[in-house]
Amino acid sequence: MRLQPGLDGNERSIDPASLAVAARSKALRPMLVIAAGLVVLLISCVFSLHSGNFDGSVGDTRNAVFHYQSNDSFRQIVWELRLPRMLAAAAVGACLAVSGALMQGLTRNPLADPSILGVTQGSTLAMALGLAFAPALSNYSLMFISFIGAGVGVGFVILIGMFSRNGMTPVRLLLAGMAMGTLLGSLATAIAIHYDVARILAFWFAGGVAGVSWNQLEALLPAFVIGVVLAMLLARSVTLISLDECTAQGLGANLTLIRIGGAIAVLLLTGAAVSIAGAISFAGLLVPHLCRKLVGYDYRYMIPGAAVFGALLLVVCDIFTRMIYPPYETPVSVLTAIVGAPVLLYIARRQRS
Amino acid sequence: MRVVYALRRKSWIMPVGVLVLIVAVFLVSLHLGAVRLSMKEVWQAFSGNGSPKTDMVLYELRLPRMLLSLMIGACLSVAGTIMQAVTRNDIADPGILGITSGAGLGVVVLILLTSEDTKALDTVRQWGTDSVGASSVAAFVGGAIAALLIYALAWKRGIAPTRLLIVGVAVNAVLGAAIIVIQLLMDKGDFMRAAIWLSGSIWSANWSAVLALLPWIVLLLAVIYFKARILNVLRLGDELAQSAGLSVEKERRHLLLMAAALTGAAVAAGGGIAFVGLLAPHIARKLVGPKHELLLPVSALIGALLLQLSDIVGKHALAPSEIPVGLVVAILGAPYFIFLLLRK
Repeated sequence: MRLQPGLDGNERSIDPASLAVAARSKALRPMLVIAAGLVVLLISCVFSLHSGNFDGSVGDTRNAVFHYQSNDSFRQIVWELRLPRMLAAAAVGACLAVSGALMQGLTRNPLADPSILGVTQGSTLAMALGLAFAPALSNYSLMFISFIGAGVGVGFVILIGMFSRNGMTPVRLLLAGMAMGTLLGSLATAIAIHYDVARILAFWFAGGVAGVSWNQLEALLPAFVIGVVLAMLLARSVTLISLDECTAQGLGANLTLIRIGGAIAVLLLTGAAVSIAGAISFAGLLVPHLCRKLVGYDYRYMIPGAAVFGALLLVVCDIFTRMIYPPYETPVSVLTAIVGAPVLLYIARRQRS
Repeated sequence: MRVVYALRRKSWIMPVGVLVLIVAVFLVSLHLGAVRLSMKEVWQAFSGNGSPKTDMVLYELRLPRMLLSLMIGACLSVAGTIMQAVTRNDIADPGILGITSGAGLGVVVLILLTSEDTKALDTVRQWGTDSVGASSVAAFVGGAIAALLIYALAWKRGIAPTRLLIVGVAVNAVLGAAIIVIQLLMDKGDFMRAAIWLSGSIWSANWSAVLALLPWIVLLLAVIYFKARILNVLRLGDELAQSAGLSVEKERRHLLLMAAALTGAAVAAGGGIAFVGLLAPHIARKLVGPKHELLLPVSALIGALLLQLSDIVGKHALAPSEIPVGLVVAILGAPYFIFLLLRK
């Protein structure tokens, strides 16, 4: 993949020094925005650790994180409940946002989000089967079932894309994903209604990150890391594809390979997110739109930006789930929709027609 | 010239073929059901000398339900065809207009208000459980409010397709969240009722529903058919449409309004049947190409056939319990659609 202009001899006539200066000044704004996002994310993480039914001073919270003692109940709550929960929220948000950004870039469709590839519905089906036929499973094993389901869903979609005659065009990928997703989702609902587990399934999927344990986090760490690294490796190509496919192809990009790589990254990231937190609607759609406003169209900044702002969105929403109606938790997908919709509406109305 | 003639001749094959299939399925399905009727009994009932039992089964149960499923299918798929042309987005479906989720919210609220626990609302409950009409009214009101909301939010000196889509997604997400919250407040029985309505099922199958929808639908479909040329031009893009002398904004508004009306009718009768509106136009496009003069009728027929088949399968696959027709549509339609994607 030779996609770097200036390195493959096509752009010798442009002075490399001026190009570098231009690139650097262009990079400044996205960098600043991402850094600001990181700061806000850190602040809200602290707030997330600190808020809940069980109150303690900020010093207590700090002690709980840095000097863990199993005999102090407050420290235990922070360390065993709030910390994994906060990390899970951040990771899930980052996962969904990055895979949403990839999906929108690769398919060049503003409506694309990770759930469209059949990921969510695949894992719903697996969960429905699990709940219907092996109701005694632990959360930990349900998580794996859900991840496998997500994998099967995306696997089917990629296979369909690859085996269609004219290759994997974005529209075909989206349509295959939607068809597959609807098929799997409908099977899941039919099974859930027939075996009377629909309500449990709905609870699981309305979901949230409450009750996430350390070993669940550990189990999904590899998927998260590989997914993000893959996304970053693909960033440059995705930028080109998102602007114009013909140009990307003309520059020697292997579209099929990039799309498959992208789909694998989406699978890993969304699969991890869904199996930890259920179907969180909307984050994957919203955050990329927001990032495009804030850091521009270059996916080398879009992807880290999406990760930071996705994490921020979910951490903040997760704080609200605890505050709206204590001691009950509001499903986090409800909050992402309520927080996200106005932002998306604003973006949509700001865009010139 | 010969090629043109061949094409023109061939273009009649598809609609006629689908129509023949519909009639065949129609005839076969008259015999099927909890009460099995023989060929002779059906014939007798139609020629006016059947037993009261067969008359009842045929005229009061099977015929209206069949007609309703055909109409709902046609409505949704024509609405989907319009949406895909107007927004120039292949994954748009009538759900974007907010009517399905708005109607869903209306019905879910109604179910919550009429549940056994809320003693304060006895009158509402009586009204709600006595007549199927209440659900239709709730669905219609919810759907209309949601559609107006989306239209108002997407309006900014006109309706740009992308803005409409994104606003639609945003509003739908909020409505979906509200539905989830309300559903989780329900007990198990009500949850099931809501889940079944949201998956789509033809529950209000009687003649009054058929007669209420029929003139409405015939009129809309006729008007839309005369807009076929406009849809062709709109699909090319705003600039081209404008330079072709089309008053883009006005036509788009009319078409969206008609799509909304069709979806509203379908949702009031059949609940949240989701997939037909996306699927049928695509199948039709694969079969007869992108010209709306042919695409509109073929997609209407395919939608009708799809829903008719799904209703029959849903009724019989796991009898005596019924599978919501919306789920069957997806389970039957998606594999065929995937096959089409693979083939071409």
